[in-house]
Amino acid sequence: MATAHSRVAARLMISPAVLLLLGWMIIPLSMTVYFSFLHYNLLMPGTHDFIGLTNYRYFLTDPAFFAALLNTLLLVGGVLVITIVGGVLLAILLDQPMWGQGIVRVLVIAPFFVMPTVSALVWKNMFMNPVNGLFANMAKALGLQPFDFLAHAPLASIILIVAWQWLPFATLILLTALQSLDREQLEAAEMDGAGAISSFFHIMLPHLARAITVVVLIQTIFLLSVFAEILVTTNGGPGYATTNITYLVYTQSLLQFDVGGGSAGGIVAVILANIVAIFLMRMIGKNLDI
Amino acid sequence: MARAVTNQRKAVMTALAWAIGVMIFFPILWTVLTSFKTEAEAIASPPSFVGFAWTFENYVEVQERSNYFRHFWNSVIISLGSTVLGLAIAIPAAWSMAFVPGRRTKDVLMWMLSTKMLPPVGVLIPIYLIFRDTGLLDSVPGLVIVLMLINLPIIIWMLFTYFREIPGEILEAARMDGAGLKAEILYVLTPMAVPGIASTMLLNIILAWNEAFWTLNLTAAKAAPLTAFIASYSSPEGLFYAKLSAASTMAIAPILILGWFSQKQLVRGLTFGAVK
Amino acid sequence: MKHAPLKYASWILGATSAVALSLAAHAETITIATVNNGDMIRMQKLTDDFTKDHPDIQLEWVTLEENVLRQRVTTDIATKGGQYDVMTIGTYEAPIWGRQGWLVPLDGLGDDYDLDDLLPAIRDGLTIDGKLYAAPFYGESSMVMYRKDLFEAAGLDMPDAPSWEFIADAARKVTDKDKEIYGICLRGKAGWGENMAFLSAMANSFGARWFDMDWKPQFDTQQWKDTLTTYLDLMKDAGPPGSSSNGFNENLALFQTGKCGMWIDATVAASFVTNPENSQVADKVGFALAPDNGLGKRSNWLWAWTLAIPAGTQKAEAAKAFIAWATSKEYLELVAETEGWANVPPGTRASLYANPKYQEAAPFAEMTLQSIKAADPINPTVDEVPYTGVQYAAIPEFQGIGTAVGQMFSAALAGSMSADQALQAAQSLTTREMTKAGYIK
Repeated sequence: MATAHSRVAARLMISPAVLLLLGWMIIPLSMTVYFSFLHYNLLMPGTHDFIGLTNYRYFLTDPAFFAALLNTLLLVGGVLVITIVGGVLLAILLDQPMWGQGIVRVLVIAPFFVMPTVSALVWKNMFMNPVNGLFANMAKALGLQPFDFLAHAPLASIILIVAWQWLPFATLILLTALQSLDREQLEAAEMDGAGAISSFFHIMLPHLARAITVVVLIQTIFLLSVFAEILVTTNGGPGYATTNITYLVYTQSLLQFDVGGGSAGGIVAVILANIVAIFLMRMIGKNLDI
Repeated sequence: MARAVTNQRKAVMTALAWAIGVMIFFPILWTVLTSFKTEAEAIASPPSFVGFAWTFENYVEVQERSNYFRHFWNSVIISLGSTVLGLAIAIPAAWSMAFVPGRRTKDVLMWMLSTKMLPPVGVLIPIYLIFRDTGLLDSVPGLVIVLMLINLPIIIWMLFTYFREIPGEILEAARMDGAGLKAEILYVLTPMAVPGIASTMLLNIILAWNEAFWTLNLTAAKAAPLTAFIASYSSPEGLFYAKLSAASTMAIAPILILGWFSQKQLVRGLTFGAVK
Repeated sequence: MKHAPLKYASWILGATSAVALSLAAHAETITIATVNNGDMIRMQKLTDDFTKDHPDIQLEWVTLEENVLRQRVTTDIATKGGQYDVMTIGTYEAPIWGRQGWLVPLDGLGDDYDLDDLLPAIRDGLTIDGKLYAAPFYGESSMVMYRKDLFEAAGLDMPDAPSWEFIADAARKVTDKDKEIYGICLRGKAGWGENMAFLSAMANSFGARWFDMDWKPQFDTQQWKDTLTTYLDLMKDAGPPGSSSNGFNENLALFQTGKCGMWIDATVAASFVTNPENSQVADKVGFALAPDNGLGKRSNWLWAWTLAIPAGTQKAEAAKAFIAWATSKEYLELVAETEGWANVPPGTRASLYANPKYQEAAPFAEMTLQSIKAADPINPTVDEVPYTGVQYAAIPEFQGIGTAVGQMFSAALAGSMSADQALQAAQSLTTREMTKAGYIK
C-alpha cells in the first residue's frame, strides 16, 4: 500500500527522532568509553594517563560487584513479582461493582505521582524508623520489639518502597486490559459451572498476558536504574546489602569522583542492561506482535 | 441472579477495595497530616492522627526559606516544555512507523527503548562538560532538552502502539478522496489519535516532574525545579519531619491534583498496545 | 504542520532563557551554595543586613542537604562549571582544593576582620603556605553528653576527662533495657562522615591510624581490633536496638526522648539537647571531654563548615565581601540580637568564648572550646601519619574508601559480619583502592 512518495515522507518523519537519540546515545557513550581507559580522577586534575583495561579490571573484581549484580536482579525481580501479582489482584478487585469506585481508584494510583526521593524520605523517616517511625510505634503498642527494617531487611525494605511506587502503574494497565475482556465469555464459563479460580486461570490470565508483558518491559527499564530510593535510605548498606549496579557506579563516579572507574562501570552497566534488553525483546517478540 | 447476593457481594467488595485503597494511600495522607503538626508532635510517640493542634507554621516557614513559586514554575516549564518538544518529534516518527512500517521498524523501536537503559550516573561527567561548554548549565532549555531525550523512547513507543490501532482502511479511504499527506494527518488521523496523545502527554509530564537525577545535577539557582527544593529539606542536622512533610506536600500536590483530575484521560491511552 | 510544534517549543525555550538573562543582567548577583543546617538557614534569613550595606550585590541561595551539596559543588569546581560564587565546604575539602589552586585566597577581608581571633586548631587546617583559603562559619568537635540524673542514681561521678574504661563501665551500669534506657548511644550508620567520623576519632585514642608512612592501610593491627571490638561489645551490652542505622539525627531523637545514658557526638548537639522546646531531658544534661586511653590522644574529632570562593568566578570581590560579613564578629552579634546568644554559630572565634553573655546562655560553651582545643588535625594520631585530619585523611580518595569501610563496620554492628571479617574486608578494600590510586606502588 505504501507508495514511494510516502516511504520518503516516512523516512523524513522518523529521522529527527532517530538522529537525536543517536546523538544522545553516541556522544556521551563515546566520551564514556574514552574516559574508561584513562586514569581520570576529578579531584586530581592534570593526570589523564591511558591505562588500558585497568578500570574494567578493578570494577569487575570489586568485592561489591557480584553482590550488586545479584541485588539488581533481586530488586527488579522482587518488584516485578509484587507489582504484577498485586496489580492483577487489585485490577480484578477494582473491576467488581462497588460503591465509590472512582475514589478508590484515585487512592490507588496516587503513589505513582510521588517523587521517588519524597517517597523514600517518607518511608524511611516516618514509617520504618525504629525509634519514632509509625511501624515502631505500632509494634510498641502491641508490646513487640520494634523491627529495624533498613538494618535487618534492607533489600526487602527497598523492594517494598519501590513496589509501592510502581503498583499503581501495573494496576492501571492491567485494569484497562481487564475491562476489555469479553463479559459474555466470563458469564458463559460461569454457566458451564467453571469456578472463579478456573475462569481466572483459563480466561482472565491469558487475556492479561499482553498487558503483563508490557508492564514487565516498562518497569524493567525504570527498575534497572533505581537509585534515589537507595541513596536516601541505606546508602547501599549495611555492607553491600542494598548496593545495585547503578549505585555502585554512583559510588565510583560521585563519591570517589573517579571518572575513569565510574565510566568503566557505566559501560559494564550498559552491556548488562542490553543483555536484559535482548532477553526482554525475545519475550516481547512472542507476546507482542510489534 | 439474586439481588441480595449481588448487593452483599458488592458491600464486601466495597469494604475490601476501600481498605486496600486507604492502605496504599496512607503514606501520602500521613505526610500531609504531619505537615500540619509541630516538630515535637511530629516525632511524638504514640503519634496522634487528627487530635493535635493544627498549625500552618511549617508552610509559612518553608515559604520564607525557599522561593517555592520559582521552583514550581521551573518544574511546570520543564515538564511541559520537554513533553511538548518530545511530542513534536515523536508524533511524526511514531506515525511513520505505524503506517509505513519497514523491515527494520521493530529493531528501531527496540533500539530506541534500549537507550533508556543507559545509567545516568555513568554519563553525568560527559554531559556536564558538554553543558558547561554550551552554556546550558543551570538553564531551563538545557533541562527541557535532556528530559525530552530521556523520555522520547517512551513517548514514541506509546504513540506507536496507539497509532497502530487506528485501522489503515480509513487512511486508504482518505487517500482515495485525494487528500494529501498533510490533510490526511490533520483531518483524519489527529482526531482519532487525540486520546492517545493526551495520555502520552500526561504520562510524560508525570515522569518529567519526578525526574530527580538530571534536574538536581544540572541546576544551581536559576533553573532548579521542585526536586532541588526537596533536597534542601531532606536530612538536615536535627529532626524536622514536619517541615520535610510540608515541603514534600508542596512538591507533590500539583502533580497529584493534575493526575487525579486527568486520570480518565491517562488511563484511556495508557495501554501500550496491550488491549486488543 | 510538522514544524509548527517545534517552533512553538523553541519559542518557549527562547522566552524562558530571555527571562533568565534579564534576571542576571540586574545588579551583581552572587550564587551561594550551602548546607541545610540550622546555622546556615539563619544566615539566609539575615541577608537583609548584608544587602543593606551592599545594595549593588544580590544574593542567590542554593540550599541543599549535605551529600547532594558535596556532590554538586565538587562536580562543579572540578569541571570548572562556574555555577557558584561562594561554596560551603568542609575542613576535608578546603586543604585539598586549596592545594589544587581551585580556591581564591582570602586576603583583604577587611581591617576589623581580626584573623587572629579565629581558633588556631581550625584556622591552621584552612591555611596553606600562610594563606587562608576558606573562612570558618561554624566549627565543632565531639564530646560526651550524659544524663546527670541517671549517673547520680547509679552512684557514678563523671570526670571532666573520662577514660574509655570508665565510659564502658558506666554505660553498662546505667543500662536498664526494661525501661528502654540504654547506657550509650553511638553512631552506626555507614558513611565517612557518619560512623567513620566517630570510629576514626575513637581509633586515634586507641593508638590506631588509617595509614602508616608508606600509605599502607592499618586495619590488620591490634589497635584497630581493640577499637572495633570495644565498640561492638559496648553497643551489644549497652546500646539501643537498631544502632547500625543510627546517625546524628537518630541518636538525637533517642537522647532527647530520654533513652540514652550517654551520647558521644558533635558538640553542636549540645544546643539541641539543652533546648527545652524539643528535649525532654534539657535540664539533666552534663558534658565531658571525649574519652581517651591515656595514650595522649582523645577520641574527639574536629570539623568546620567554611565558606570559600572557587577560582575562576568573575565576582570574587563581591563574594569576598559576603564571606567577610558572614564570618565576622559583627555577624555573631547580629545573630545574638535577633535569635539569642545560644543560637550563635559556635566554634570559630576565641572572642565568642571569652564573652560572658555567651558563657551564660550556653552551658556547653566551655566544654566545646576545650574539645576543639584538644583536637589536632595536623598530628592526629599517636604514631606518625602521612595525612592530616582527625576523623578523616585529607586525600581525595578518602570519601569513597571511608564510606566503603563504614559499610563493613556497620554490617559488623548489625551482626551480619564478625569484627575480624569486617577488619579483613576493610583492609583488603582499602589496599585495593590505594593501589589503584597509585599510593601503594
